[in-house]
Amino acid sequence: MLSHLIPLASVFDDVPLGWFLTLSLLMFTLGGLGVMIRRNPVVVFMCIELMLNAVNLSFLSFAAYPSPVVGDPNQAAMSGQMMVIFVMAIAAAEVAVGLGIIMAIFRQKNEVDVDEMSTLRG
Amino acid sequence: MNYVIPTIDWSVLMPTLIVAVTGIVALLIEMARPKQNNNLIIGVSLAGLLLGFWSLVGQLGQPVTSTMSGLVYRDQFAVLTQMMIVGVTFLCFLFSEAYLRQKRIAFGEFYPLAMWSASGAMIMVGTESLLMLFIGLEVLSISLYCLAGMARGEQRSEESALKYFLLGSFASAFLLYGIAWAYGASGSISLDAFRIIQDLPDTAYPTMGLFALGLMLIGLGFKTSLVPFHQWTPDVYQGAPTNVTAFMGAVSKIAAFGALYRILDAAAPYQAAYMPVLTVIAILTMTVGNLAALVQKDVKRALGYSGVAHAGYILVGLLAHLKMPDKISLTAVIFYLISYSVMTVGAFAIVGLTAKAGKEGTRTQDLNGLWKTQPLAAVALFVCLISLIGVPPTAGFWGKAFIFGDALTAGLTTLAIALAINSVISTFYYWQIAKAAFVDENIAVQNDFAPMSGGLKATAVFSMVGVLVAAFVASPLLTLGQTAGMDRVETGTKMQVLDPRVDQIPDDMPRPSGFAAPGGGPPPPAQEGE
Repeated sequence: MLSHLIPLASVFDDVPLGWFLTLSLLMFTLGGLGVMIRRNPVVVFMCIELMLNAVNLSFLSFAAYPSPVVGDPNQAAMSGQMMVIFVMAIAAAEVAVGLGIIMAIFRQKNEVDVDEMSTLRG
Repeated sequence: MNYVIPTIDWSVLMPTLIVAVTGIVALLIEMARPKQNNNLIIGVSLAGLLLGFWSLVGQLGQPVTSTMSGLVYRDQFAVLTQMMIVGVTFLCFLFSEAYLRQKRIAFGEFYPLAMWSASGAMIMVGTESLLMLFIGLEVLSISLYCLAGMARGEQRSEESALKYFLLGSFASAFLLYGIAWAYGASGSISLDAFRIIQDLPDTAYPTMGLFALGLMLIGLGFKTSLVPFHQWTPDVYQGAPTNVTAFMGAVSKIAAFGALYRILDAAAPYQAAYMPVLTVIAILTMTVGNLAALVQKDVKRALGYSGVAHAGYILVGLLAHLKMPDKISLTAVIFYLISYSVMTVGAFAIVGLTAKAGKEGTRTQDLNGLWKTQPLAAVALFVCLISLIGVPPTAGFWGKAFIFGDALTAGLTTLAIALAINSVISTFYYWQIAKAAFVDENIAVQNDFAPMSGGLKATAVFSMVGVLVAAFVASPLLTLGQTAGMDRVETGTKMQVLDPRVDQIPDDMPRPSGFAAPGGGPPPPAQEGE
């Protein structure tokens, strides 16, 4: 439907899909490692955002290089791009809630460190 | 170019819409009446839930349909799980207000948040689209993060909220990455992706699909609290306010298992790959959950580990169905989910009685003397606990028996044996809790319990009676459950190609006599036994 308006993957035409996916996998892994290693919940949360952005990159690159099976590549591309919009919106909602929780903890203890959070254990 | 806006079948959307909109109305009331009592909010919420339940009842037995280009999907499984979700939310609302008042956190926003959470869960179980599945999951989870941290002055509540939030978002990222790969391989964000992939000539695509499935299972493993992704469960169950724990334990488990079922069902071509992995996970989940619960001193924490163990039992039933989808219905899983939700909510509702005047003790000995002061509560707790153990006349027993039978039928003998052994192990810690409520020696200070509110009495009586009479009402429930997970095959549009065996069972699909065949065909012959 939109093919006469937006050529798929215009600028990065020469970059193969594998490169995007590798970058995305790298970002995802870095984010995952960060979640496990870092101690400050704000930084942990930034790492989760990095993972979500890796996902977004995957979606967009897959949208630019659609799978051969689909009937209408434009429609397939649109579902991926739509997914990205939703992921960003939901990530924003998560930020709002997450920072709220971190603030609530900071008010109680004047510090935030996930290693110090050991009231609950057993 | 013409673009036709597809017509929307509003009746399918109605239950979810009613619950979500009631949540909005409840929030508006909260804003209009600050610092007054919550009775109006509760009344409106309960009425909305009843209305939602009623509109779901109208959809029982209706043919499978989907609307909004497949974003919303209705089959028996979806309707039944949505009914469970609405019912559990109703039960939790009944006893919440008294508990929140004792806890000094009687904020009206509990009700809207819980209703949105429930509507997210309803979206999640009633869809074929991975996008909607993700959105439903996030609506469910984000509301639950807020609810877990609702006791703002309490350190452990905030701590549980943060843990839940960080691990929950971490899990969502895995689920999403899986969706991205499934989309990349198939060009579709519907559950069909896994089937589409199989038709592709290049062998790289099925491998991508497998990678996607693995990532999705990690994400949902967190949500269903399967070992090794269960570490957050006891912490969050212990730290969150007890009514939130009850809600979360039941609703998020139902929704997550609904989603897990949909994904595993759609991923049937990969069954040879996921079956061994999930078998090991199921055994680990049951065993680790029960063994860890044995050493707990805190009731809520022990029940959290018990939730992990029960996730393992449910997974066994799910695997049995997935292994022989044309022979074993989802009945056992649905029955187990219903009975598990009722008994968990009942148990947590009673444990919430230890909250009085802003303080709450959740250690096992904090229940001492309950029998003396509140016999009804003690008896209800006892009944819920023996049901969680699986003692014969109770719903828990029947659920386990059905799953055990299904596992044997499907040839999953190892799982059946692990389930039986674990039921025995679990006796010890449930017994500890039950005993504590009936013993009142060995305590220096007499425990002070909050009085039972009318709502709590209703919840206690409902769960007690529900758990005990389940054996007698089981047969209609089973009849309802019979079509779940099977009716989809009858429509035959999408999934039929998944399983070659399906082609051999055209019209004489097991279907209870109560339901007309979809499409107005002649009524099928009555189903004989199971």
